[in-house]
Amino acid sequence: MTAILTPGTVAPDFSLPVAPDKQLSLSELRGKPVILAFYPADWSPVCGDQMALYNEVLPEFKSFGAELIGISVDGAWCHAAYAKDHHLHFSLAADFEPKGAVSRAYGAYREKEGFSERALFVLDKNGVVTWSYLSPVSVNPGADGILEALEELEK
Amino acid sequence: MSKLSLPVSDKDHRQGDPDAPCTLVEYGDYQCPSCGHAYPIVKRVQKHFGKRLSFVFRNFPLTEMHPYAEPAAETAEFAGAHHKFWEMHDLLYENQDRLDDALPFQLAQQLHLDPEKLRQALASKEFEPRVRADFRAGVRSGVNGTPTFFINGQRHDGAYDFASLVEAIDGVLV
Repeated sequence: MTAILTPGTVAPDFSLPVAPDKQLSLSELRGKPVILAFYPADWSPVCGDQMALYNEVLPEFKSFGAELIGISVDGAWCHAAYAKDHHLHFSLAADFEPKGAVSRAYGAYREKEGFSERALFVLDKNGVVTWSYLSPVSVNPGADGILEALEELEK
Repeated sequence: MSKLSLPVSDKDHRQGDPDAPCTLVEYGDYQCPSCGHAYPIVKRVQKHFGKRLSFVFRNFPLTEMHPYAEPAAETAEFAGAHHKFWEMHDLLYENQDRLDDALPFQLAQQLHLDPEKLRQALASKEFEPRVRADFRAGVRSGVNGTPTFFINGQRHDGAYDFASLVEAIDGVLV
């Protein structure tokens, strides 16, 4: 297993579908903090769901001017259905083709299982990783670490 | 291990002796089936420990997924303002399978609270700041879903069946 990118690393740029007809490049988000939340799969059990939690915490993230992107290897149509069902108000990027390439670039891919790690990255407005965290795949890492990292950015 | 960022205070809804050697805090959502499942278990745990345990409930509604969770939370707070928080908390969980827009008003009537005043409180979002404050403090404490329990301020990451909770609480009582 490779290690996830650590603070000080320039976050590798990527361009991924965030809807069946829409691409998002990380470089478009320069100028504001970015939260990248890699996760194994859409449609995991409901009440403890990490993306559903972030959806609720979104106003707090926005208060730091931060942009949140969820990333998994699910395809754009799957993301669209999942986002609709969960009323998600942030983008889900499809690391689908070539499968897991962006997750790999961040050291957040599980080769054996073929899906992304549950890994978090906070980038500053220049696209440099300032905080990263790898959670056990079955544990929802919550949002406290992200909020602390965003607070650090403002110091 | 995650810790409770906001200590338990007299602003909290608490059952039992504030000086009890163990305090169990639950962050919960009235529409969350897992919280509904935990509800009778917590009752049993409270009975098991008696005066040695106090119990605090804080709001953590996942409002996008559970459309009735926020009004239910505000209804319990409304009842709390009339000294009937726990009565409403219990009724909401006991009737969770039929929670909808109308249920809070039926329960208010059952508790001899004025449904019209409840309607006004919900419309004016009188208790929303209280619910949001609970939610925000929960996020900061590492609440990552519902229910999340804290035992004497430490997040309980284990299971929340009766035996697991009793074992964890026994662990801080010795």
